[in-house]
Amino acid sequence: MSSYSQPARRRHLGDKRLIQMFIIPTVVLLILMNVFPLIYSLYLSFTEYSAINPTPPQWVGLDNYKKVLSDNLYWHNFAVTGRYALISVSLQMIVGFGLAMLLKEKFKGSGLLTTLILVPMMLSPAVVGAFWKNIFNPSFGIFDQFLGYSDPNTAPEWLGDPDLALWAVVIVDVWMWSPFVMLLSLAGLSAIPDYLYEAAAIDRASAWFQFRRITLPQVMPLLLIAVLFRTIEAFKQFDLVMGLTGGGPSLLQGTQAVNVTETVSVKLFRLAMPPQAQTGLSSAMAYVVLVIIIAISNLYIRALNKVREG
Amino acid sequence: MGTRASAPRAPATISTRVDKVGLRPKVTRAIRAFVVVILTVLILLPVVWMVMTSLKSPSDVVAVPPKIIFEPSIESFIFLVTERVQFPTRQEADEFRARDDLKWYEEKVAERGQKITRVGDFPKQLRNSFIIAGTSTIFSVLFGVLSAYAFSRFRIPGEGDLLFFILSTRMLPPVAVTIPIFLMYRELGLDNTYFGLILLYTTFNLSFSVWLLKGFIDEIPKEYEEAALVDGYTRLQAFRKVVLPQAVTGIAATTVFCFIFAWNEYAFAAMLTSDATRTAPPSIPSIQGVGRIEWETIAAASLVFLMPVVIVTFALRKHLLRGVTFGAIRKG
Repeated sequence: MSSYSQPARRRHLGDKRLIQMFIIPTVVLLILMNVFPLIYSLYLSFTEYSAINPTPPQWVGLDNYKKVLSDNLYWHNFAVTGRYALISVSLQMIVGFGLAMLLKEKFKGSGLLTTLILVPMMLSPAVVGAFWKNIFNPSFGIFDQFLGYSDPNTAPEWLGDPDLALWAVVIVDVWMWSPFVMLLSLAGLSAIPDYLYEAAAIDRASAWFQFRRITLPQVMPLLLIAVLFRTIEAFKQFDLVMGLTGGGPSLLQGTQAVNVTETVSVKLFRLAMPPQAQTGLSSAMAYVVLVIIIAISNLYIRALNKVREG
Repeated sequence: MGTRASAPRAPATISTRVDKVGLRPKVTRAIRAFVVVILTVLILLPVVWMVMTSLKSPSDVVAVPPKIIFEPSIESFIFLVTERVQFPTRQEADEFRARDDLKWYEEKVAERGQKITRVGDFPKQLRNSFIIAGTSTIFSVLFGVLSAYAFSRFRIPGEGDLLFFILSTRMLPPVAVTIPIFLMYRELGLDNTYFGLILLYTTFNLSFSVWLLKGFIDEIPKEYEEAALVDGYTRLQAFRKVVLPQAVTGIAATTVFCFIFAWNEYAFAAMLTSDATRTAPPSIPSIQGVGRIEWETIAAASLVFLMPVVIVTFALRKHLLRGVTFGAIRKG
């Protein structure tokens, strides 16, 4: 009896140590590289500090937050990001879902085409942005040619015109990420049981009715996940803008010059890095962004659960 | 965030759908296929244009209107791997060209009135990208597979919270942690080192790797290991000899995803690296030509940099959905 229980207990202990050994590296790394920096920057956000100055951080309370939340200059960046997120995510949903509807039923070669369509989203946004600069060029780029503007003098200057630059970012973003929405939509569409359509067909339901009453509600949870992912990503938007426009061009708004494609992440980077190096202020701004992202995530997760239950 | 699993269906030899009878579905399918082909071509056009631009000569690149048919040239790739200077006068350039000890690539460059001074920065940046992305991938997958196994097979106190915490670190905007990490790295002397960026990318990918691998390991029946344990294997042996071989597909997919994320990463690389350790993504947008913007060189660089990812996307197509949603959605 005892000869059996002995090894069993040892193995149990072994398991416990094994779990610790297996999990500890991950947890330690995440705490060191994520949790600690977050706490550190929370502290910095309440101080007046510049990383390129030898002066140690000075406690200023909520001053940085007041500045970020009251200064029009920063509101501009939030407004740009919000506008960009709204337009870009909506278009991605339409294009991505449209593509998925076309690819829903398989035909010869549809697998290959699906994979080809997915290529853009795997590419590096910064590099993609740099190359789209060429595509958007009014004289030797293909975009304006494609739209039918053959004269470079009258062709729209996508990256230089303050009215168009944000649209240029949106166009590239939609090009890159509609495939993602398509991929999720396809997963949702393929999970709809056939008998629902069969029943509808027997009842002679119209195609539109089938779409509205069967297809849409069934894929809704996955569409919401797509919206959640893309909205969060839109608020993190940085690489593409840096590669494509660098935040510009600038526009005189009242007495202040503002950069029309400068998203919050780009602004943050500029603010944090030398020569500006306003470390305290940029930490406060980072926290405002963080709170917004957490809020959006929560909102969508709630909506998601509601859809699932209903 | 799982999805409904569809019940396995017997392969139907004839369609049972009432609405699928007749000729019309065949026609609509042909139309749909045609539309999809057109759209795919449109979507790939920018990539095709990139390939074309990389094969153009400097004068063709800026031709108005843009040239669709042109004489291919590989000058761009010579430009990409070299650092050049312009000859100050036409005469000097001609004299240089007249020399007969020039290599073919020197001659090509000399035709543009330029002289190669040294090997360019791009090969080094590409090598840096490989070293940093490669090493960090190995570590994130290694730590990831260990944690994923533990989470998958054992009841761990606070498991749900811990897993959520791991996931939430990936939802953070990188900019929120860049400032403190920049300061931390400067203090520790980790900025502009391979180790610093490898450490960062390892952590960056770890949450992803744990979640994705957990999904794969969950699918391996527990009975396999239990049988091995009964046969006298220790838990570690069972993990190594039973679980790991079963999880090979998942590990391979995770590896490639981690590699692509690290390969494409821009923000941290732009902030934490300069000359010696700079990777390709922050370098390509800032390629400076000699006396002009060398679009063909930028196109060539982008092409060389993006090609591995394009190829890998095909290899990964079965796992793409899983990969891009953190393993939350399994069906593809």
